[in-house]
Amino acid sequence: MDSVFYSRVLTELTLSFHIIYATIGVGVPLMIMLAQWVGIKKNDEHYILLARRWARGFVITVAVGVVTGTAIGLQLSLLWPNFMELAGNVIALPLFMETFAFFFEAIFLGIYLYTWDRFENQKKHFLLLIPVAIGASFSAVFITIVNAFMNAPQGFNLVNNELINVNPLMAMFNPAMPTKVSHVLGTAYMTTAFLLAAIAAFRLLRGSNHIYHKKALFLTLKVGFIFSVSAVLIGDLSGKYLAQYQPEKLAAAEWHFETEENAPLILYGILDDGEVKYAIKIPYALSILAHGSPTAEVIGLDQFPEEDTPPLYIHYLFDIMVTIGMMLLGLSAIFWFGMGRNWKFVESRWFRWLIVISGPLVFISLEAGWWLAEVGRQPWILRNIMRTSEGATTSGHVDTMLVLFALLYLVLGVGSVVVLRRMFIRNPVEREIADRAQEKGGDIQ
Amino acid sequence: MTIEILGITVLWVFLFGYIMIGAIDFGAGFFNAYSVLTGKQRILTNVIQRYLSPVWEVTNVFLVFFFVGMIGFFPKTAFYYGTTLLVPVSFGIILLAVRGSYYAFETYGARGHKGYSFVYGVAGLLLPASLSIVLTISEGGFVDLVDGQPILDYWKLFTSPLTWAIVVLSIASTLYISSAFLTWYANKAGDVEATQLLRKYALIWALPTIITAGGIIVELRRHNPLHYENIQRFWPLFLLSFLLFIGTVFLIWKRRQYGLAFGLLAGQFIFAFFGYGASHYPYLLYPYLTIYDSFTNPAMAIALVVAFVFGLLLLIPSIYLLLRMFLFNKDYVKGKEDHHA
Repeated sequence: MDSVFYSRVLTELTLSFHIIYATIGVGVPLMIMLAQWVGIKKNDEHYILLARRWARGFVITVAVGVVTGTAIGLQLSLLWPNFMELAGNVIALPLFMETFAFFFEAIFLGIYLYTWDRFENQKKHFLLLIPVAIGASFSAVFITIVNAFMNAPQGFNLVNNELINVNPLMAMFNPAMPTKVSHVLGTAYMTTAFLLAAIAAFRLLRGSNHIYHKKALFLTLKVGFIFSVSAVLIGDLSGKYLAQYQPEKLAAAEWHFETEENAPLILYGILDDGEVKYAIKIPYALSILAHGSPTAEVIGLDQFPEEDTPPLYIHYLFDIMVTIGMMLLGLSAIFWFGMGRNWKFVESRWFRWLIVISGPLVFISLEAGWWLAEVGRQPWILRNIMRTSEGATTSGHVDTMLVLFALLYLVLGVGSVVVLRRMFIRNPVEREIADRAQEKGGDIQ
Repeated sequence: MTIEILGITVLWVFLFGYIMIGAIDFGAGFFNAYSVLTGKQRILTNVIQRYLSPVWEVTNVFLVFFFVGMIGFFPKTAFYYGTTLLVPVSFGIILLAVRGSYYAFETYGARGHKGYSFVYGVAGLLLPASLSIVLTISEGGFVDLVDGQPILDYWKLFTSPLTWAIVVLSIASTLYISSAFLTWYANKAGDVEATQLLRKYALIWALPTIITAGGIIVELRRHNPLHYENIQRFWPLFLLSFLLFIGTVFLIWKRRQYGLAFGLLAGQFIFAFFGYGASHYPYLLYPYLTIYDSFTNPAMAIALVVAFVFGLLLLIPSIYLLLRMFLFNKDYVKGKEDHHA
């Protein structure tokens, strides 16, 4: 085994771990904002408290997100020095801007956390949250632009291994950027919404029948529904982007071997000796996904030499991502309509258990999506410019570092869960509501 | 001033920012852990946590800014430093991760948890030591080019007195900077007991700081004569730095004007740090890499500078707001207000 292999594994490990906290870090500020805004508008203490308790939990996840983000930032240079040398010349601008977005977020998060009830006018405190949410989302935007660039590099010419005509803005606004950025942002909000909904549903199942949790559930699933819809719409546009700019990625993900018109979409199934078995074939669907027309021709894997195509197992990742996404869309849609029409079963125990399960599921979908994006770009680290094997370090100690980082992530993962549980179990919402009511009562007397 | 020098100066300023704010942060974490272990927690913890809490994440951004800016302005450093620093920087990342997350765990999730305090206190102290290795390597002599690939000679690195002198300096100065700052802060908070204790720490750590700093210059004479010669050219900066050091120690000794004392200390480190940086010029890594042959293309350089200017317009008012609300807010410093979520 060589350093290329270990570099890939370590990068995958770091990204898979970081993306959990990074996604929460992008989504939660928006959720806090919504809750606090509703609380101020409706003059409802419960929503304010919701925002406050989410903010407390957020600090823990943000800490792990920040340190693992620093880790991946440095690991890019440590594990892929040749790639970063080239990338530094062409795509450093969004990386650099990301640090400013992050800076902005960090400063206002510090202020926001320590100014609860400091202002007479609650709206002032709410305003402090806006830069946090903007900073968090823009961090995601800038970093995703770098990832988009790896898929569709442009804005430079490579002549005899010399970089010329570098145009940082062209590199930033590459064809992969619009769909990738909107997909990452939308699904970050979606993931967070289902995570918080799962927590609320779990509390309701575990004996607390407080209206506080019901309000949380209603708010989060509404947001979850909206961003599930956005994920489907953007997913469709992503298909069209891929068909035009990265046809080999689309073809591998959909097991589309022969270039043809009227292409069907293959869902599920397994690959047995090059033959697709047990799959569901939806006629014309791939042509529609790729070009918006049922008869359009879709390029298949036959157009590419085998050494330039990604591994075929990414189809399973695609299946997982799409299936979970659709299930969550359905779940939140039923809940939303059901609440509006007073359907009893959406407040039943079994339905709440479904919502609880949606929490872990949405993260499986998130991981599958990122693995699909990254493995689907293989064998390239920079499509058609640099192979992953050419970008890696030559250092011989990557395997040892892999073990150390695996231990680190274990410690951070377990630690953050333990601390979060302890934080909320020791200070249940019922007690906090009672305490606050007492404080207010004290004022009147 | 060429754009290369502008670039490295900006990065150097941010690195300096990280070293100062980080030192206060890491030292405070260590003193906190130490006070927990020795039963002096009652005296120190309040003052330390009051300062640390709202700023920890900002500290980390300074570091991120530095290395991202480095890759942006000087992309070749990714190749040279990326390949050679895998092991030392990985250790740095691990310490940084443990320090940052366990700090948050203790502060927000498990106030007063002894194990957590100890873990982040120790990790924070080892962090500057592990990152300081990068400066040592930049002096050259530890990296060989084999088949065009830079390789780090670990044996040479870890048996060199220069390495260990820089490690000791990083730890001593961390504790010195931190205790001097916290003396001022505790005094502002009107906490007499904490001021006394921190003042004692500041005086204790002043001596090892200045001795190792001097020792490193002497050590460089053997290790990197070219750099040593360059340092001579900047002697007024180092002399000024030494005088400011004397001033700080004098004021703290006499229990006078702790704020001014910390100001002088900042001056001491500014002159030393920028004197060191200027004498390192033009090398990023002796003798392979200078700021000129590693510089990015003009289009990217201009884009980065423009982004930097706009970024600063956004940041400076924000940082001012942060400082005004916490560091320069009397009620907050004195602990009369607690508005944590």
